[in-house]
Amino acid sequence: MVSVTQMESKTSPVIKCESVYKIFGLNAKKMLQTANGKVDAEVFQKAGCVVGVNNASFELFEGEMLVIMGLSGSGKSTLLRCISRLTNATSGKISINGNDLLSMGNKELIELRRNKMGMVFQSFALLPHKTVLENIAFPLQIKGSSTKESVARAMEMVSLVGLSGRENYFPRELSGGQQQRVGIARSLAVKPDIWFLDEPFSALDPLIRKEMQDEFLRLQGVLNKTILFVTHDFDEALRLADRIAIMKDGIIEQLDTPANIVLKPATEYVRKFTQDVPREKVLKIESIMDPIKDNQKLGDLRVSKESLIEEVAESVLSQAATIGVVDASGKIVGCLDHLKVIKVLFGDKNLKI
Amino acid sequence: MRDSKISTKFNAKVVQFAILLTVFFALYFFVEPSENNLLWRLPPLIAGLPFLINDFVSYLMYDFMPVEIYDADIDDYEKSPLIKEITRSISSAVLFCIQFVREILVGGVKTIVSFTSWDFVSENKWAYWPGLPWTFVCSATMLLGYSLQGVRLACLSGLATLYIAIFGQWEPAMQTVSLVLIAAPVSFLIGLSFGVLAYKSSTAEGVLAPLLNVAQTMPQFSYLVPAMVFFGVGDHAGAIATIIFATPPMIRLTLLGLKKVPPEVIESGLMSGCSDLQLMFRVLIPTARRDILIGVNQVIMQCLAMAVIASFIGAKGLGFNLLLALNSLKVGKALELGICIVLIAVVLDKLSLAWANKQVDYFSKMDFVSRHSYKLILIGLLLIWSIIAYLGSFFAQDGFNYLYMIPHNKGITTEHFWQAGVDWILDTFFFGLKAFSDFLIINVLVPMKTAYLGMPVVATFVLVMGVGYLIGGFKSAIIVGGFLAFIALTEWWDRALITAYMTTFGVMISAIIGITVGSLCAQSQFASKSILLVCDTFQTFPSFIYLIPVIMLFGVTDTSVLTAVIVYATIPATRYTVEGLRSVPESLHDAASMSGVTKLQRWMKIELPLAFPHIMLGVNQTIVFALFMVIIGALIGTDDLGQYILKALSDKNGIGNGLSLGLCVAFIGLAADHLIRTWAEKKKRELRL
Repeated sequence: MVSVTQMESKTSPVIKCESVYKIFGLNAKKMLQTANGKVDAEVFQKAGCVVGVNNASFELFEGEMLVIMGLSGSGKSTLLRCISRLTNATSGKISINGNDLLSMGNKELIELRRNKMGMVFQSFALLPHKTVLENIAFPLQIKGSSTKESVARAMEMVSLVGLSGRENYFPRELSGGQQQRVGIARSLAVKPDIWFLDEPFSALDPLIRKEMQDEFLRLQGVLNKTILFVTHDFDEALRLADRIAIMKDGIIEQLDTPANIVLKPATEYVRKFTQDVPREKVLKIESIMDPIKDNQKLGDLRVSKESLIEEVAESVLSQAATIGVVDASGKIVGCLDHLKVIKVLFGDKNLKI
Repeated sequence: MRDSKISTKFNAKVVQFAILLTVFFALYFFVEPSENNLLWRLPPLIAGLPFLINDFVSYLMYDFMPVEIYDADIDDYEKSPLIKEITRSISSAVLFCIQFVREILVGGVKTIVSFTSWDFVSENKWAYWPGLPWTFVCSATMLLGYSLQGVRLACLSGLATLYIAIFGQWEPAMQTVSLVLIAAPVSFLIGLSFGVLAYKSSTAEGVLAPLLNVAQTMPQFSYLVPAMVFFGVGDHAGAIATIIFATPPMIRLTLLGLKKVPPEVIESGLMSGCSDLQLMFRVLIPTARRDILIGVNQVIMQCLAMAVIASFIGAKGLGFNLLLALNSLKVGKALELGICIVLIAVVLDKLSLAWANKQVDYFSKMDFVSRHSYKLILIGLLLIWSIIAYLGSFFAQDGFNYLYMIPHNKGITTEHFWQAGVDWILDTFFFGLKAFSDFLIINVLVPMKTAYLGMPVVATFVLVMGVGYLIGGFKSAIIVGGFLAFIALTEWWDRALITAYMTTFGVMISAIIGITVGSLCAQSQFASKSILLVCDTFQTFPSFIYLIPVIMLFGVTDTSVLTAVIVYATIPATRYTVEGLRSVPESLHDAASMSGVTKLQRWMKIELPLAFPHIMLGVNQTIVFALFMVIIGALIGTDDLGQYILKALSDKNGIGNGLSLGLCVAFIGLAADHLIRTWAEKKKRELRL
């Protein structure tokens, strides 16, 4: 994963949304025009329209993973489908690598999907009549690759997701976790730059889900794609995300890093999610370190500013001396007071640090 | 409180039905039967409809839009109506295809003639395609079966072809096969295209839906007359009638399958970058494959069912021979021919299924020999069997080369065995069977028929529309009333009543047997599976096959027809009962068991109420099946609508009568279908199924 600071240095976003609206219903477009940007879901509902996405704007940079979190009906999947243009946004502007997505013709769109996009679905959406291998090779064959080429690439993907030996199985012969591995392999077969995942692990059992999340992080470590990940599971969002967008009734309530969301929930709704989250699991050392005072004495232990509090708490607390915090290059950038760690671990959840 | 509400609602329905029945019987007994009484019979106001249709069709065929057509015989242009030319070219195209396949299989000169001329063929003795030796076709089907699935299918298809050959049915069987091999793929393609069209456009779906409803309830005979009028008499007309008859279920199943494709699968196809065509052919249709394959199976079954009926308008093959055998009461022969048709149906069905399920192996060695091994073996077989057949011609006595083709009167035959069996049964049980049949006719059928015929038209309307109102409200009453009004205003109301009486009788007995057997079998997993297999097997038999054994037992009587109706129509009743009962959730069974119910209580209180809507859909199918069988029963002599349709076939201006009669039958079916379906859907919604 790429840190926030690194991303800020890149100027042009891979995905850029500017006040995207998606409203279902017959007169959606007209109603939206008269509403002039101020969409009240209740008013629309009375007119027979359902508000899917309400004024969503954000940017997503190369290699970044944005998790869209929301409960069912919050419009998270709709937003994802607007960006993959599986549904057409009612209004707003979406650009992919600087190209306007909404004005693209069918041909351009197909070209974009064939080469730049991959998507994983909640219900796996595998083709029931094709084997694992054929399913994974499918996007390649659609593109027009030769059978030999696409089979070779598909075999690569099979081993990447750890399904070697099962390439001739049919989807119905696989467990849910295995089916989703096929779904992941298929979405990656064309080497896409942008990877959409629509609640990919929601249909799986908790243990398998954890395993698949680990697998996913491993893959992302290798592949470093730009990712839009939709989930209704806040813990999953915290575990995976570079940034999280929390949605409610089609509106993005807050879009920030996991740490900021936990520390500074923007709305009451977001606070409901964050109040029970153990902060040591989200907060990085960076967020509780103090600047170094002159001639301060430091102990021998050094911790990285990137590590989570949970990971280093035990070794920090077993040291008597103040601990130095280092950045990626090993330079000391701050110091860590024991009391702060203890406050995070045992103190009042709502206390500002 | 809720309970009392439900029970009062229930009671209200019972009271309403009771009132309805009272009114019905009051009308039944007090309306005076006289020709001039409008309450007794409506005047045949639309008796002119058949003439209108006749005039319209003859206008289309002889006067509509004359175009200049070049005639090679007189070397000049002449005027000819457009429609006639179109149907003529379709006819000759279809005929050419059938003959082409047919001559590959059994030999002939017509294909060569169509590329050259009769003169060329008679001048050149070598210009004759000898046809494939049966030994080759037999081993080739075996090989096909093996390459598609394995040893079991190889054995099945090999044995089936062997049976056909050594029982001396080779030539008619291949004639039938050639007709089916053209009609089935065409039906499949047309059905698929219309199914896709209906999926893509809701307008098309809206237009197609009522047409399909009528087409699927029209009896097979009704398709013959129009086919004959537009396309003449012969194999092509038979094939075209077959195609028209076999396509509707394919359209319906394609649409059903496409609609069931999960939206996420479609999205995954789109995200893989599918174009519209790729999405349709590589994602939607393959994913809907299960239903589409049932459609293919239906097409093949309908084609073979039609093969006999199409022989009325000149289609050659097994059907024609079967018809002759049935007409001359050669039951043994009919049985043998029937088995041949069933075998062809089974083999074609299994082969097409295996073909659709065939898997590709991407990792096998791809050298020339192993890639083309089956083709090479095929060529080898062709060479070997041709040489053997050629050598055989030197030893053939009396000009019969058994290694090439076994003529139809030279094969093994079990006809005498079966005939002896029939004779024995008749000798031994004659009095028993006769007594049963007479009892049934005198004490049940005739009184029932009289009762139906004695029903004033107003009473029928009150009953049917009343039931419609109670089930589906005002709209349903109008719909079924409309269907009924059409029949009442034709001149065949009495015939329709006879059809209705036979169908009612058949459906009642079938439903009782089917629901009982189904309920018993649904109690165990094994029995359920077995009975469903039996249903599958029996459904493979084309409908008229059922006429063979019943003639054997009861001769040419109403009892025969009704027995066939009952056997045939029991299949869907049984199947739907088993399926309905088995789909009752396991958790409910457990809950019931924990409340300490007995098996009978569980069946009465839990299973039956929940499965009842589904069972009623089975009864709906039973009605359609029974109706079809009653109409086909015309073959062994009834006096209902079916007989009149059969008569229309030999009438020069039969198309009007044929179509109108077909519509009458279809409307009886559709009225029943509407009532039951509306009720079942309402009930399913109430039960949240």
